[in-house]
Amino acid sequence: MAKYLLLKHYRGAPAAVNNIPMDQWTPEEVEAHIGYMNDFAARLERNGEFIDGQALSPDGVWVRSAGDGRPPVTDGPFAETKDLIAGWMVIDVDSYERAIELAGELSAAPGAGGTPIHEWLELRPFLTEPPTVTD
Amino acid sequence: MHDVARRELVPHVLSVLVRRGADFATAEDAVQEALVRALSAWETERPADPTGWLITVAWRAFIDMTRSETARRDRQVRYDNEPPAGTIPSADDTLHLYFLCAHPTLTPSSAVALTLRAVGGLTTRQIAQAYLVPEPTMAQRISRAKSVVSRAGVDRPGDVRTVMRVLYLVFNEGYSGDVDLAAEAIRLTRQLAAVADDAEVHGLLALMLLHHGRRRSRTRPDGSIVPLAEQDRSNWDRDLIAEGIVILQAALARDRLGEYQAQAAIAALHADASRVEETDWVQIVEWYDELLQFADTPIVRLNRAVAVGEADGAPAGLAALAEVDDHVVRHDAVAAYLHEKNGDLEVAARLYACAARNAPNLAERDHQTRQAARLNHYLQRHP
Repeated sequence: MAKYLLLKHYRGAPAAVNNIPMDQWTPEEVEAHIGYMNDFAARLERNGEFIDGQALSPDGVWVRSAGDGRPPVTDGPFAETKDLIAGWMVIDVDSYERAIELAGELSAAPGAGGTPIHEWLELRPFLTEPPTVTD
Repeated sequence: MHDVARRELVPHVLSVLVRRGADFATAEDAVQEALVRALSAWETERPADPTGWLITVAWRAFIDMTRSETARRDRQVRYDNEPPAGTIPSADDTLHLYFLCAHPTLTPSSAVALTLRAVGGLTTRQIAQAYLVPEPTMAQRISRAKSVVSRAGVDRPGDVRTVMRVLYLVFNEGYSGDVDLAAEAIRLTRQLAAVADDAEVHGLLALMLLHHGRRRSRTRPDGSIVPLAEQDRSNWDRDLIAEGIVILQAALARDRLGEYQAQAAIAALHADASRVEETDWVQIVEWYDELLQFADTPIVRLNRAVAVGEADGAPAGLAALAEVDDHVVRHDAVAAYLHEKNGDLEVAARLYACAARNAPNLAERDHQTRQAARLNHYLQRHP
């Protein structure tokens, strides 16, 4: 009954335990990783806990209005220091504890050497609708 | 036939099928199928006996589903084509259905979804939309809930306490899509109250009616919150409130007090005041003390601190607040309100800003942000 966003970072999160970048894995390790992620999402769907999952390209630009009648201004690519989001998953679960449990499982996706990455995922609760009973 | 009127029949039809020995999960699918067929069939000609019609069509659908299932499993199970006699469901059957859908082995979200479908007759799509969840996810949630209930067996269902918790969740969740969940919760609680002889069920119904009666004045058209003190009380639905009060009084007369009756009593005291200044805060504090006997939670204590602040003044409210766990949600909001009332404007402004940061929903965040801005603006002009 509560929705949470699981955010995965390209950079900006604390270093993972198994911190070897993906482009240095073997093809089998990459396949194993992708398979784990797909299985995880499929399991959430079967549980009735899955809302959405998307991956984002690391390419992107800053955009802002330039004022009346002028085209928006862009600035990019992003500086190396910018916190960079890699993708997200949105879940709908019964409790905060369940959200933590699922984030932990997602973080254990296998990486180099087939061992879990133990990467840091960001867990963020959604703001909900106000309740009916308030007094 | 109106959608709600058709759905009123759902628990009767389903309980008849289950009583005839149909497996709960398949029977529920069969009733959904019959409801869908009724949509088109009844458009041209409404049957003289809608319940009988639904039972017949649902039973045939159940037979068909069982046959195809049986064929798949290559099993030899036979059902008679003609349904056995006995189409009049008893109150006990309906009650049993509520208990099954609030089975203690179900998680709250599963019990809510199953109740809305199997007792409320809502479609999976409607439930998914109401809870802002994709339809396949909701379909899975319901399907798993049904198999949990089937596996757990119909012998150890939930009880009226678990049912009330589920209905309260439906009412209080606050989402609104095509389906008005609060109205649906009231409908299902009314139906429950008709078959369950329990003062607390009536207390819950009264609580819902009393809050629903104030609904129109709780938010502005843009969705922003109007606090109780600022609500246009002429816009409250007096019929709903009057009904809630009558039901509550009858429940209280049975002398079996519980948390829903105590909450309803607090709501009734608010509803009784035609102007906020006329609110009987002393009695409200007394009811919070009663409520604490049944539900001693930080949230109840927090709300009690507000009432104490109104009844005995801001310092007394702040003293009551000091005893509440300060991690509880909305603690900052209550502290800000009481400090402002006490004249500590700088402290209040800072706390309103904290309350905005910690608000559990957007409407409350906006509301607390406005409060902080209002006080900060005042303080700048009156240094």
